[in-house]
Amino acid sequence: MNASRIPVSARALLALAASLVPFLAAAQLTIDITTTGGRQIPIAIAPMAGEEAQPQSVSEVVGADLARTGLFKLVSTAGVNPIPKEPSEVNFPDWAARNAEALVIGKIDPAGEGRVEVRFRLFDVQKQGQLASYSYVVAPQQLRATAHRIADVIYEKLTGDKGVFSTKISYVVKRGTRYELQVADADGFNAQSILASNEPIMSPSWSPDGSRIAYVSFDQKKPMVVVQSLAQGTTKVVANFRGNNSAPAWSPDGRFLAVALSKDGLTQIYRMPAAGGTPQRLTDSSDIDTQPAYSPDGQWIAFTSDRGGSPQIYRMPASGGPAQRLTFEGNYNVGPRYSPDGRFIAFVQRDGGRYRIATLELATGQVQTLTDGTLDDSPSFAPNGKMILYEAQVGGHGQLAAVSGDGRVRQRLTSSAGDVQDPAWGPMPTN
Amino acid sequence: MKNIAVYLGLAILAAACSSTPSKTEAPITEGGKTTGPSTSAGTSTTSPTTQSAIEGNPLHDPNNILSKRSVYFDFDSNAVKDEYRGLIQAHARYMVDHRDARVRIEGNCDERGSREYNLALGQRRAEAVKKIMTVLGASDSRIETISYGEEKPVAMGHDEAAWAKNRRADIKYAGE
Repeated sequence: MNASRIPVSARALLALAASLVPFLAAAQLTIDITTTGGRQIPIAIAPMAGEEAQPQSVSEVVGADLARTGLFKLVSTAGVNPIPKEPSEVNFPDWAARNAEALVIGKIDPAGEGRVEVRFRLFDVQKQGQLASYSYVVAPQQLRATAHRIADVIYEKLTGDKGVFSTKISYVVKRGTRYELQVADADGFNAQSILASNEPIMSPSWSPDGSRIAYVSFDQKKPMVVVQSLAQGTTKVVANFRGNNSAPAWSPDGRFLAVALSKDGLTQIYRMPAAGGTPQRLTDSSDIDTQPAYSPDGQWIAFTSDRGGSPQIYRMPASGGPAQRLTFEGNYNVGPRYSPDGRFIAFVQRDGGRYRIATLELATGQVQTLTDGTLDDSPSFAPNGKMILYEAQVGGHGQLAAVSGDGRVRQRLTSSAGDVQDPAWGPMPTN
Repeated sequence: MKNIAVYLGLAILAAACSSTPSKTEAPITEGGKTTGPSTSAGTSTTSPTTQSAIEGNPLHDPNNILSKRSVYFDFDSNAVKDEYRGLIQAHARYMVDHRDARVRIEGNCDERGSREYNLALGQRRAEAVKKIMTVLGASDSRIETISYGEEKPVAMGHDEAAWAKNRRADIKYAGE
């Protein structure tokens, strides 16, 4: 087992402080990683020529992104002189002697009109061949985002899976009686508060195109479902019926929201247009039906129901109909979330008074417990399906954590801001 | 389920006291009849409406059972315990006697478990209290049940003492 803390350079923090209003800097998340077993790809990421003159070190961000996955081991570049910036300058035997299997080099040059060109190359050290070469012309303020795009390319080339370094996450920060819904980059940087309230905020859910977030607001002293546009900041109350209005989940085409309403008595699942409108009841039980989640193909809605005497996970056709029970072990399995490929459902499982995140493989019915916390909640898959972000309780406070689908890699996202809860991982960027 | 038996028992009780338990237009005098001997045993501190008008609001009189608003629950349960029956009956009778009174019952849970499921559990606790009130003649349309789930704990600890205080349904009158 090895543990590491991603270094956050003073320069990065300064850039952050300069670009955001001051209180947000306090909400910065630091990420600790634990990896158990499994092979890590040794990769050397050389400092980029010219990056020291920029507000943001690109190579540091790329390295931090890759290391955070637990799938890479950063090979030291200390003592390499000169640092290569062109293919002709790479001495492959030197890098092989450092046990690097992959090497990243790059440079940043002025591109006119205040912009810069970032050029990077990825090499297979053993084969002495180039695996990727890209260049980006961007404003210096976009260098951090550019670094995430570079990390995405490297990750995909070396693992075969899409990277999620350019995605965003949302979560709720609670400080005393103050609640904020925040959106941040997947590495915890650039946290922005998109909503603040003195009443609870719950269950943020990203629209499939990432342009809107649905959530539960208690602003009117009762739970109602609100959809907020991220670009405009405009909000629309889409469900404020008698009783509770909660648990919004988007259909994959973004047209519908499945919601849990208690307008007809106990909590049941309804479907309504995402823009608001008349809810159509999908479940008809005399018990609790809640926490709907659409399957990625839009065919099913998984949900929690205690119709069988204890809360378990069921699924039904997305337009309603007979439900099929999916979980059978234990007496508390709730809060289903489909993996992006639709093969797994992550959920909260109670085991001897402890609440943990587990996955169910739909084809086999096999359940795997992934976490060992006491009060884990709100699992949310990364859009490449590799990690599950969730809420854990540490020292009596809510903190975010993430675990890989096989349980080997664990991340703890620590914030000094207060309680951090109810995370939701956003979709892949559209461009 | 045990709860259904409780509701049925109350329904029979209510039916025995009043032939029109669900009517909201019942005159105050008829509503008064529902406080007959069989139900008044557990609510002996309830003041008659005429007296309350003179002495102030019975809802806030510490000596009146109507000032008691919280019903506490066991873990994972929405069964209303016998000890809260009198309190709920008193509020049901108040609703019958005061046809303009509107009530919101707010369910709460302890912090254990999933937030959204707890929201539904809290709502079911509120609904359990409401069912008893409506069976006793309080108008369904004037009682809204909502839930704060685990979001608004009154006790901040992480032990049974705190959790017990947070597993609760609160009866709140409009304007309070």
